[in-house]
Amino acid sequence: MSNSSRNAMLAKIRTAIMTGSRGDFHEAHTSVPYSAYDDGNVAARIELFAHRVAEYKAWVGHCTSVGIAQAVAERLMIRGKKRMVIPSDLPDSWLPKGFDFVRDSQLDRTVIAGMDGVLSGAALGIAQTGTIVLDGGAFQGRRMISLLPDYHLCIIRAQDIVGVVPEAFAQLATTRQSPMQPYTFISGPSATSDIELNRVEGVHGPRTLDVFIVE
Amino acid sequence: MQVALFITCFNDTLFPDTGKSVVSIVERLGHQVIFPEEQTCCGQMHFNTGYQSEAMPLIRRFVEIFSQYEVIVSPSASCVGMVRDMYRFAAEVHQDAKLANEVALLADRVYEFSEFIVNRLGIQDVGAYYPHRVTYHPTCHSLRGIKVGDAPEQLLRAVRGIDYVPLNQSNECCGFGGTFAVKNADTSMAMLGDKIRHILDTRAEVCVAADNSCLMHIGGALHRQRSGVRIAHLAEILAVQE
Amino acid sequence: MKKPESVIIELAPRFEVGAKSALQNTQLRRNMGKATQTIRGKRAAVVDELSDWESLRVAGQHIKDDVMQHLDTYLVQLEDAITRAGGHVHWAKDAHEANEIVTHLIQATGSKEIIKVKSLTTDEIRLNEALELAGITAIETDLAELIIQLAHEKSSHILVPAIHKNRSEIRALFQKSMNLPDLTDEPKELAAAARQFLREKFMSVRVATSGANFAIAETGSVCVVESEGNGRMCLTMPDVLISVMGIEKILPRWQDLGVFMQLLPRSSTGERMNPYTSIWTGVHADDGPQEFHLVLLDNGRSDVLADSVGRQTLHCIRCSACINVCPVYERTGGHAYGSVYPGPIGAILTPQLVGTAYADSLPYASSLCGACYDVCPVRINIPEVLVHLRGKVVAEKQTQLKSWFDGENIGMKAMATTFAHRSTYELAQQAGQLAQWPFVYEGYIEHGPGPLGKWTAMRDFPAIPPQSFRDWWRERQRDE
Ligand code: SF4
Repeated sequence: MSNSSRNAMLAKIRTAIMTGSRGDFHEAHTSVPYSAYDDGNVAARIELFAHRVAEYKAWVGHCTSVGIAQAVAERLMIRGKKRMVIPSDLPDSWLPKGFDFVRDSQLDRTVIAGMDGVLSGAALGIAQTGTIVLDGGAFQGRRMISLLPDYHLCIIRAQDIVGVVPEAFAQLATTRQSPMQPYTFISGPSATSDIELNRVEGVHGPRTLDVFIVE
Repeated sequence: MQVALFITCFNDTLFPDTGKSVVSIVERLGHQVIFPEEQTCCGQMHFNTGYQSEAMPLIRRFVEIFSQYEVIVSPSASCVGMVRDMYRFAAEVHQDAKLANEVALLADRVYEFSEFIVNRLGIQDVGAYYPHRVTYHPTCHSLRGIKVGDAPEQLLRAVRGIDYVPLNQSNECCGFGGTFAVKNADTSMAMLGDKIRHILDTRAEVCVAADNSCLMHIGGALHRQRSGVRIAHLAEILAVQE
Repeated sequence: MKKPESVIIELAPRFEVGAKSALQNTQLRRNMGKATQTIRGKRAAVVDELSDWESLRVAGQHIKDDVMQHLDTYLVQLEDAITRAGGHVHWAKDAHEANEIVTHLIQATGSKEIIKVKSLTTDEIRLNEALELAGITAIETDLAELIIQLAHEKSSHILVPAIHKNRSEIRALFQKSMNLPDLTDEPKELAAAARQFLREKFMSVRVATSGANFAIAETGSVCVVESEGNGRMCLTMPDVLISVMGIEKILPRWQDLGVFMQLLPRSSTGERMNPYTSIWTGVHADDGPQEFHLVLLDNGRSDVLADSVGRQTLHCIRCSACINVCPVYERTGGHAYGSVYPGPIGAILTPQLVGTAYADSLPYASSLCGACYDVCPVRINIPEVLVHLRGKVVAEKQTQLKSWFDGENIGMKAMATTFAHRSTYELAQQAGQLAQWPFVYEGYIEHGPGPLGKWTAMRDFPAIPPQSFRDWWRERQRDE
């Protein structure tokens, strides 16, 4: 079935392309001057990122690269989280004493779901929209660990924050592997607008999102 | 300047005062009005209701009659929109290359009344005096169709003695929509109900617009309710002098 | 002629009939009015924030133009890339074929249950019903879809299917169907109830289905845009993932997402970015489903592609901005459109998918106010397509004998003949001035005869003044 349908469909589409062409169609490559970059002001970009993430009712803080472990400890104390799942490659230097960090080496899903939270890094951030992008690369692990626990503490490096959305896709194209990684774009905690169009935080993904920007 | 008046069948028959007002204002501003008497209807109602083959002769007829004029002015935004935007489309779908060419040459010379005064002549104050409370409903065809912008409001604000009150949620359609008003009468009335409420909220004595068709719909309800609020085409306000 | 069963369209009453009963439901009108006003404001705020919004819209339009003109090439390219990445691509020319493919794939896994991410395309082909016949239960995981499924109702909005329900109605439903008597109507609590209810399914069900917002021909990546995380769950947790996508959803290049991931969230939920977007390419080792199928669905789309004016309808990214801004939809709600696609996009898409003969009232379900065109992120000229489809409806009607007795047809033809000559036009004007006198009262007609009665049933009609403009003009010329 599949093959004959395929050929029939393609044939029909080819005919339709001819009959339905309006003559003045555009090529995707037509250059249209939308903003592909921000104005290059790095401090403003980072401030905007922090601001926009916070607008989604996520918590945002700053720390230095040597102060990550301490920052993590403070945050976990405030949130009252003890048992955290972490990607297998997360550096020891990020991990404070006194908590239970469990490295994900194909842990069972019920074990992950039973954790208090997840601590991860990020591939990049988008200032304009307050978005964090995970691509399964360094310090991020597989998709399941940042999904099942109810709390996500995410550490992002300031230099990984880009200005606008097109920059993010351009950047991701340069770090693309073969086979390609899976991507998850996260803008604030899980939310729904399904009840009277009010954004309510917290459905299936992590209901609490904390972000540290490392400068 | 010679200005050919495209009165529209609707205004010619039902709202002659609008046409008279346009003539008096344009003449007052020192220009000459010509009225090509052969004109009847631009075909909008037929075309927009789906009677395209019936509309085509009317479209061709209009183009033939008006092609010879340099500047064409009409007190109806929707009919101007028909000529400027839909004629091109009509020529395209009916694969009439000759008509397409003629329309391309004609379209830019057709102006809606307020657009003509403000954008083409560069005038806001036409010397009008109108000591009444007035609100303005931007009709869909003037606002989103041919995009007259705030030209009508500029003209109104320059009127001496006027008490101009902006309309709440003014950008919303009044529910007229040509044959929509009878084909989907219940929905049309629900839309009109909200529009009327906002008009009454302004406590205006007169509701003004750039299309008499929408005004007829609005005025029909204002009159049915014995609200005492009148309707008037923008030109009729601007024609009044001290 | 296509049969209406091929696409979801109930044997729906004409739009005006459905609208009439909806208009009488005051609760519905209140819910709809409030919801659409809220979302319009949110959208306007985030759109105004971008100085390059109009350029983005043009870019979106151009990219989609390109997609349509090279659709065959891009589909083959996509198939190739997905296959190389370990996925499988299936081609379905209609709803029946698509359902059959999906059913077989699920049966091959032995699973009797699937979890489902909200997808209009699978609603369009009525996948759930087809699966039910095969003894497979589809569990909707989107909150609004869940509400609709539990209430045994139909969606009234493409993005927020339960937009017509307010919080207390949802609370009552959850109390009953989830057995939670103490539930309040706090949206937060209602959301938590859904989380609880579905968690076990996410953890255990082995097969998921989804739609797709975009697929990238260049890379073979598929993209799902969502809010709640149910999408991530369905795309990550099961062993097998089956996505059904309309052929028009394809984008040529990876970088095109940089345009569309701005246009879509701002236009749909009025957010700078939706909470979650997942992009995957085939299967990923040790991460997510290890079996992935993409079903490419035509189901009438190539017919739309073949119509030069209608084609732009395929640009639609289902953002629902046109629906939210539509003054008709705001009053009638979605059910009156009798299709999974309500509002302005529904009024142009449904008739084209099922054939205008089966949905001939939909192209008229608009006052042509143009608000939809203004907000559409890919610049679909909806009023133009509506007028085009009206032309088709009338042309079809006129081939039938019964059009000879159709009042509108007779009247329109007569008027066109009258308007074709100055002499007949002027005669008609005079005739009108004379004939109206029995109906005129103080300058208005309150009870008009014949077709005018439809107007005057609800509002007054101005009397025709005794002197037309042209009469006045002639008189003036004479006097000079
Ligand atoms: S037609 Fe345009 S505005 Fe409407 S849903 Fe589609 S993309 Fe959005």
